[in-house]
Amino acid sequence: MEQHLHTILTIILLAPLFGAAVAGLFGRQVGRVGAQSVTIGSVAISTVLSVYVFYLYIFQGADPYNASLYTWMVSDGIRFEIGFLIDKLSATMMLVVTFVSLMVHIYTIGYMDHDEDYPHDNPYYQRFFSYLSLFTFSMLSLVMANNFLQLFFGWEAVGLVSYLLIGFYMKRESAITANLKAFLVNRVGDFGFILGIAMVFVYFNTMDYQEFFDRLAEHEHTMVQFIPGVEWSVITVMVILLFIGAMGKSAQMPLHVWLPESMEGPTPISALIHAATMVTAGIFMVARLSPAYEMSEAALQFILIVGALTAFMMGLLGIIQNDIKRVVAYSTLSQLGYMTAALGASAYAASMFHVLTHAFFKALLFLAAGSVIIAMHHIQDIRQMGGLRKHMPITYFALLIGSLALIGFPGFAGFFSKDSILLAVGESDIAGSGFAYALLLMGVFVTAFYSFRMFFLVFHGQESEYVRTHTIHESPKVVTVPLILLAIPSVLLGLFMVESILDGSYFSDSIFVLAQNDVLARVHDQYFDSVVGFILHGFMSVPVWLALAGVALAWFFYLKRPDIPAKIAASLPRAKGMLENAYGFDRFNDIVFTKGSIKLGHYLWKSIDTKVIDTGMVNGTVKHIANLATMSRESQTGYMYHYAFVMIFGLLGLLIWALW
Amino acid sequence: MVALSDYLVFSAILFTLSLAGIFLNRKNVIVLLMAIELMLLAVNTNLIAFSFFLNDISGQIFVFFILTVAAAEAAIGLAIIVLVFRNRNSINVDDLGSLKG
Amino acid sequence: MTFEQLIFYVLAGIAVLASIMMISVNNPVKAALWLVLTFIATAGVWIMMQAEFLGIVLILVYAGAVMVLFLFVVMMLDVNLVKLREGFTRYLPIGVLAAVAIFAMLYMVLGPHQFGLDKTGEPVRFAADYSNTEALGLQLYTVHAYAFILAAVLLLVGIVAAIALTIRRRPPHEVKYQNIDKQVRVNPKERFEMVKMNAVKEKPVAPKQEGDE
Repeated sequence: MEQHLHTILTIILLAPLFGAAVAGLFGRQVGRVGAQSVTIGSVAISTVLSVYVFYLYIFQGADPYNASLYTWMVSDGIRFEIGFLIDKLSATMMLVVTFVSLMVHIYTIGYMDHDEDYPHDNPYYQRFFSYLSLFTFSMLSLVMANNFLQLFFGWEAVGLVSYLLIGFYMKRESAITANLKAFLVNRVGDFGFILGIAMVFVYFNTMDYQEFFDRLAEHEHTMVQFIPGVEWSVITVMVILLFIGAMGKSAQMPLHVWLPESMEGPTPISALIHAATMVTAGIFMVARLSPAYEMSEAALQFILIVGALTAFMMGLLGIIQNDIKRVVAYSTLSQLGYMTAALGASAYAASMFHVLTHAFFKALLFLAAGSVIIAMHHIQDIRQMGGLRKHMPITYFALLIGSLALIGFPGFAGFFSKDSILLAVGESDIAGSGFAYALLLMGVFVTAFYSFRMFFLVFHGQESEYVRTHTIHESPKVVTVPLILLAIPSVLLGLFMVESILDGSYFSDSIFVLAQNDVLARVHDQYFDSVVGFILHGFMSVPVWLALAGVALAWFFYLKRPDIPAKIAASLPRAKGMLENAYGFDRFNDIVFTKGSIKLGHYLWKSIDTKVIDTGMVNGTVKHIANLATMSRESQTGYMYHYAFVMIFGLLGLLIWALW
Repeated sequence: MVALSDYLVFSAILFTLSLAGIFLNRKNVIVLLMAIELMLLAVNTNLIAFSFFLNDISGQIFVFFILTVAAAEAAIGLAIIVLVFRNRNSINVDDLGSLKG
Repeated sequence: MTFEQLIFYVLAGIAVLASIMMISVNNPVKAALWLVLTFIATAGVWIMMQAEFLGIVLILVYAGAVMVLFLFVVMMLDVNLVKLREGFTRYLPIGVLAAVAIFAMLYMVLGPHQFGLDKTGEPVRFAADYSNTEALGLQLYTVHAYAFILAAVLLLVGIVAAIALTIRRRPPHEVKYQNIDKQVRVNPKERFEMVKMNAVKEKPVAPKQEGDE
């Protein structure tokens, strides 16, 4: 059984890598069909086997499997290895990753079929599939890891593939700057992340999760001094550093600036990487390391506040976006904020629940948006759309289901997860939870407003000039089938999972929560009797009414009285300007970091490099050695008797020294 | 009685004189070689004196070998001088400056 | 002053004076001769120290062979003495200074307060039938046999090196060499050929008149 499972896990991990290698290295030889078959085939194998593993863990309740696949090296007693830690948490993530990835693979056949950026004989198509599979491999290795080293490897690898794919349209300047931005901002987060791993290494002397958890208690009161006189708890500093990595990858403020720009990449990428999987890596990491986070209340508060601020402020920005993908991108940011806030409230299970439901409905939203973009011949501005409902019914329903799930309409998947988060944060009693709860509630309203603003502008209302003058038709089957397949879990997933999530039986041992922090148990006791009862309770609770109010307001503003938003915008120019500048994060980064580092670099170049290093150290060394050599070669007269004299004086010196 | 120190001082005088000879005849390679022979003679005298006073024949064995080596050295040194003279038509040390840095 | 001391001082005085002359005379030939005198006097001192064999070797080999070699070379080379004397005294002060300093320090080490008779005692005197040569030979051919052979090899190498350095192959047009090998392998057939001829003498034909000749 063990051996059996080990083989299955190895195949799950390596099949996408194989697909990526074939499509990437032999793209021209295997051709388009070959590349898509091999990558989709390998990811399908992974998906099927992941379903099996999921079944084994969730339904059969198998014991966690912790084993090493390959030992890279052993240094000073510390093992650096590749291994698997499979429990309910990672089994669930594996299923999400492989399933969404498979859907995106299939969808890509339709989306990437034609591309004006590349000539038809360019193997961009194969390359794209190779990247997709490579991403799947990296994400799986992140999720399945049983040690920090492999986690870091997967972390960086998904970052790399994200970079490659955001810049996939390499001839567009905006894509190049966007992928550079994503890479640089992620470096900031990863710097914190690797510092956190370094602290784990220094204090715990291991890379392995299990050993790390076992030794946590030893360091509960260990303090560290970075600034003399100020002591910090090692665990707090460590988990906050690790969380900074998660802030980069999961786009929490202030490291969120790369995610909206990442929409420059092709839409399947936005769905797979920048909505469903990669950006949830940070959430997953925190949930995975929950025993460490539970030990630091300060870190949890920090996480809670960051998450709540992100959820609300990024949601607001979604209101003024006109690019269909950017709206979805800001909603992703906002939802990531919800997940993070749930982590801060120790509701790890609720957070992971939202990761799951979000993965499906956000992938659905993105792919539906992509379907609209295909139909609109790659126009992304929602102001140019309108009345598309008649032309593309499947996409219409897909987007509707996705939006309803997103705003948390009772019964849809997003409702259960988001309501769990809200209730959990409401129940939490750590400092700042009241503030966070208020922000999250407002966020619900904002979410509903911008989601249905986009929805109404795209599908309802007057047909725009463009729609009337062009033929708009529904997307091909390879696009719509993944939509349908993703729509099913977006509706149903929550119904089946909510009970086991709330009573803690779903993730059971794989997530650790202290008894006094266990808000989900309290939520379960107070609000949950049955699934139907939970839905009915939802109808009577504030969040759902806020969401419905948001939808109503969107209907009123954009269908009934389309003149009102412009008036509001005109009467509040400063608020509008702030939102349009996205709170000025980009300007701040530009002024402080970009210009600052240019100035610093200029200073270092002019005064340090040129004067000290070049003139002083490099040329100076040469000059002094040359001078010294010029002087010392004078002593080489070439006359034999001079050497003899030196010998004699040497003898004299030796005698003096010996007789003194 | 002649003391050991007498012999040793005698050899020291010879040694010092050969040193002075190197300073004086610094240009003439042949005399330089002769001064070196004289220096070796002083050293040998030292060895024999100690051998005599310690009643140990090893000192004389040393001298025997030193004489051998000195003879070979003189032969080769003179051969080199002949070569130098043949090539440069001079044995002036000042003319042998090609080692100059 | 005992007779022994008298002889020592005479010999030592001769040696010192001769070596002073050796380093100060102009002519290398004279310097070599003065050096020979130094050797002879020193050989006497050595014999006083019961090193008869080495003393005689010094006279025979050094004074007899090595110094003759020196003389030979000096006389063979046409040395420009005037040039060699230039700046003879230039380094004299510093040379004398260094020499005096070294001598002073050597004296501190080797002087009577360290190695006087009261410190070392009387040396052992051997009987008249004691053979220094035999004692030396016993040691050389037994204990130091290996070093002795090496010394022999060293001398051989010295010979070879000296010859290899000084030998001068002149180009064939300057000197006629015999090639013994060729001479030995000479075959009469290569030198001598029998040609059959008709014994009748042909009547010479008068040359034709050819144009402008």
